[in-house]
Amino acid sequence: MISLEVRNLGKWFGKRKVFDEINFSLEEKSSLVVTGRNGSGKTTLLKILCGLIRPTKGEVKISFNGKTLTTDESKNLFGLVMPDLELYKELTALENLVFLSRIRGLDPGKDELKEKIARVGLARREDDLVFSFSSGMKQRLKYAFALLLDPKILLLDEPTTNLDEEGISLVNQMVSLQKQRGILILATNKKTDLKYGNQIIQLGG
Amino acid sequence: MEIRSSNWAVKSAWLLAKDLKCEFRTRYALNAILMFALTTLTVVSFSMGAFSLSPRITSSLFWLVIFFSSMSGLAQVFVKEEESRTVSILKLVATPGTVFLGKLLFNLALLLLLEIIIVPLFIILMNLSILNLWLFLSVLFWGSLGLVCATTIIATIISKARAKGALFAVLSFPILLPLLITAIDGTRLSLEGKAFSAGWSDLRLLISYVVVMFVASVLLFDFVWSE
Repeated sequence: MISLEVRNLGKWFGKRKVFDEINFSLEEKSSLVVTGRNGSGKTTLLKILCGLIRPTKGEVKISFNGKTLTTDESKNLFGLVMPDLELYKELTALENLVFLSRIRGLDPGKDELKEKIARVGLARREDDLVFSFSSGMKQRLKYAFALLLDPKILLLDEPTTNLDEEGISLVNQMVSLQKQRGILILATNKKTDLKYGNQIIQLGG
Repeated sequence: MEIRSSNWAVKSAWLLAKDLKCEFRTRYALNAILMFALTTLTVVSFSMGAFSLSPRITSSLFWLVIFFSSMSGLAQVFVKEEESRTVSILKLVATPGTVFLGKLLFNLALLLLLEIIIVPLFIILMNLSILNLWLFLSVLFWGSLGLVCATTIIATIISKARAKGALFAVLSFPILLPLLITAIDGTRLSLEGKAFSAGWSDLRLLISYVVVMFVASVLLFDFVWSE
């Protein structure tokens, strides 16, 4: 059983306040949509939640099966897709997933990883360098990475960026699946994406 | 898929393997290091080759070639992750200790590769006779290790800055000065054919430098990497 609690969270970059006094809590099978204008701190909030950057104030508490986890312990519970997160373009799609699995302490077979790549619509492209991928294909590969661990908490920032109709329907399937098995947090500017959340937070007033 | 409690050294080896694979496909740092080293070496050998240089000057030139060549490439280890925006994914999947060790090993591999090419060339072009080979190799090994330890942590700090080149030079100078002075002195003794015991004080200093720099880097890395 996973839960995530955010208390009095605030972030400043130098003297510039990005957001302050963010509070919410999420249990398994719940979802949150974070919305707001450009620069309101949606991506920053997601990065703080998964431990990529530290908050200036407040805390993020993640509990799994009754145990409160440290930032390093909780990192393996997250799946993350965001424009800021790039894969290694000098490696093939399969090499990227092999590296990202092994460094996380996973030991998947190549067939298992090929199946994950095929699931996001990149079958038979696993041995191509990411360098040669279109932006939509790179976005799909990010989903394959995010789903490596069957994440307990899935964070999606502008999830349908660069995706075609087929890609968007793939995202819809993943979002529905995640809402049944864990926590989903989605940052978006699109009003059509608001339907994904049980809760909505508006940043930047 | 279940997480296995894999050894941090094994994870660092995976990071090293990934970096080597990326490097040999793009030659991002390798080309910069080798071209700088070959250019410097050629200039030095053409301008000084006709003169008989003292061991002190020769050892200074030797370490200058290694120092400036390595500076042009070793700093790229984190800059490349920042510029290609892969730093977030690395932060998400790897612990700071794993990242530091992996990047340190990558820089060491790069420097050793440089030295495998540069040292024999320097010896041939400068018509160098090394009278105490073991002392020379020991100073080279520990000096290189010190250079790698220092540049890896400095590279982490400068990767987040805007004026990377200037900051790298400013931070490197005071940190690397004691290392270079000691390495130059140790190399001079080996060229003069002094006994191993004569170079022991320099070697002790180099080993201490490596230990202090490694421990300080491990302690500081988490803070620098996470901010």
